[in-house]
Amino acid sequence: MAESIQIPTMADMAAKGETPEVLFWVGCAGSYDDRYKNVTKAFVKILNKVGVSFAVLGPEETCTGDPARRAGNEFLFQMQAMANIQVMNGYGVQKIVTACPHCFNTLKNEYPELGGEYEVIHHSTFLQQLINEGKVKLAGGGEFKGKKITYHDSCFLGRANNVYSAPREVLEALDAELVEMKRCKTKGLCCGAGGAQMFKDAEPGKKEVNIERTEEALETGAGTIAVACPFCMTMMSDGVKNKEKESEVKVRDLAELIAEAEGLNG
Amino acid sequence: MTIISQLAFVVILGFFGFLLYKRITRIKKNIQLGRDQQIDDRKGDRLRQMLLVAFGQQKMFKKPLPAFLHLLIYVGFILINIEVLEIILDGLLGTHRVFAPFLGGFYTFLISFFEVLALLVIFSCVVFLIRRNVTKIPRFHKIEMKGWPTLDANLILIIEIVLMKAILTMNATDLVLQDLGNANYAQTGTFLISGMFVDFFDGFSESTLVIMERAAWWFHIVGIFAFAVYVTYSKHLHIFLAFPNTYYSRLEPKGKMNNMQEITNEVKIMLGMNTGEEASPPPEGMKFGAKDVNDLSWKNLMDAYACTECGRCTAECPANITGKKLSPRKIMMDTRDRMEDVGLSLQKGGKGLEDGKSLLGDYISKEELNACTSCNACVEACPVTINPLDIILQMRRYVAMEESAAPQSWNMMFQNVETNFAPWKFAPTDRFNWAQEINEK
Repeated sequence: MAESIQIPTMADMAAKGETPEVLFWVGCAGSYDDRYKNVTKAFVKILNKVGVSFAVLGPEETCTGDPARRAGNEFLFQMQAMANIQVMNGYGVQKIVTACPHCFNTLKNEYPELGGEYEVIHHSTFLQQLINEGKVKLAGGGEFKGKKITYHDSCFLGRANNVYSAPREVLEALDAELVEMKRCKTKGLCCGAGGAQMFKDAEPGKKEVNIERTEEALETGAGTIAVACPFCMTMMSDGVKNKEKESEVKVRDLAELIAEAEGLNG
Repeated sequence: MTIISQLAFVVILGFFGFLLYKRITRIKKNIQLGRDQQIDDRKGDRLRQMLLVAFGQQKMFKKPLPAFLHLLIYVGFILINIEVLEIILDGLLGTHRVFAPFLGGFYTFLISFFEVLALLVIFSCVVFLIRRNVTKIPRFHKIEMKGWPTLDANLILIIEIVLMKAILTMNATDLVLQDLGNANYAQTGTFLISGMFVDFFDGFSESTLVIMERAAWWFHIVGIFAFAVYVTYSKHLHIFLAFPNTYYSRLEPKGKMNNMQEITNEVKIMLGMNTGEEASPPPEGMKFGAKDVNDLSWKNLMDAYACTECGRCTAECPANITGKKLSPRKIMMDTRDRMEDVGLSLQKGGKGLEDGKSLLGDYISKEELNACTSCNACVEACPVTINPLDIILQMRRYVAMEESAAPQSWNMMFQNVETNFAPWKFAPTDRFNWAQEINEK
């Protein structure tokens, strides 16, 4: 890597009297999860290359409260939400981009009632916009050209917020062959981690949800399972490992695929 | 003679009308057990949603074959009611086919058209009976369908077939009596479908035919009255409630959970923020989340009455697909059963909600609630925009906040969020470490 990438925080920028165009909300998985940190880095590299004026909250960011709310702890959710809103309103945040559909849903739909009104977009839509604007060029699609990729819909992006086409358009821009699973878009099957399931064992049953979904993804014959959510990433990766297919089939986030096609993974 | 039958008709109409009125009042009271929820915004969008989803059956067409058959029954039901209007007028006025003289040749066409619909309804009902009982579509045979729900579904189809057959018998015998020149049966022209069955009734004497025609007429109309009452006890209530239910359904993104304002006030007080209103502690006895039907909103309860137990929600539920106890359809059926049990108890002067039971625990278990991934597949699947997820999440709130009985792993997650500001046990100071790592490779 030629030069080191500097990641500005809102505090740094405020100290210089600047405001970024967009706040990149990293999320807990994006900050701590070893696998998903790679997505955070890939996305930042893209932002950096394109020259988007962005900043992160860094150590000031905390959980949006989504898992607490879905698990029934409304009190804890609102405490988190209020604290985050105070911080963001303090910096005069207008626009937020995030790679986590759960954060996206909460920030976009649930913060306004508590005083946090922002324009919130998911990184799949953001990437699609960069591609449409010609800022990400993807000349020829590089190594993904003609390769089979299947896209696993995140529930919190798809059904919850009707974002179905942006992630697919991003994949099509790679010149890849997009193959759909039998259950896709509005009928997409959950990875099994939503509604705070990520943070507990599944209830007794005859199968794990992520295995059911992974089997469906493998049936497409795609070498890459594209995801756009940290929980889906974990669940699908675990599923592929369980099926002992990790050498042939990779689970990748949209940002990673774009960064790779742009030669940014150095 | 006609005056006696007119009187009998009035009595029968009044009797069933009374039963229906009592039942509608009961259902209304049951729905009003729910807490208040103001839904009076975006009237145009709501009307549009109702027209598309209920009247236009938009969401049914995700499965084209059953949608088409269902449409035939639906159109048949609505249009054949025009004939029922004539039958009721005849019954009250002592006339016979009161519309015929006014409509002339068009009457023949109209009745023929209804007969075609009747035939299509019979066809659809037969296919549906086969789908339910022979081809074994899994969603019709889940555990919550054992007993009454399956019988109810079959009864509805059989009753519809029998009622349609009564119309055809009534018309066919009428045609034969017209040919015989019976003075009470004025010429109407030959009807399309029943005209084909005339030969079948040719051998009978005129008096037998009159008895057959009258029997079919009475059977059909009394059958319809009785069916109307039956419907209110049955899953078939969706034929009416689909309309208000789609009108009052949420228009917001499915991912949004309703905010609990009572908690917002408390949190604001705790954080020393200005609440903008008199800061007062929550009223005595108020509980967070839902334990019983009266903690749910009236819309949640209307949802339960609008459910026709088709099971599309359960067929799409990731938890159910993988063998967990949760079935979104059962959530709706349990809510309705609880409402009916409470309503019946109140009607008898019993304890109602205070009977020592509650929706949570006695009807719906924590294991079911805990299996939900909040993926919204059930909400998306429902043809009449029922929201089982909303009920599940409200009950989870009760379990977590009132009983402190969330699963142990969730309690640990709560603790992590509280102390580390992340659902996992990582140090807050490490949150930004990735920014260093980005340049390491």
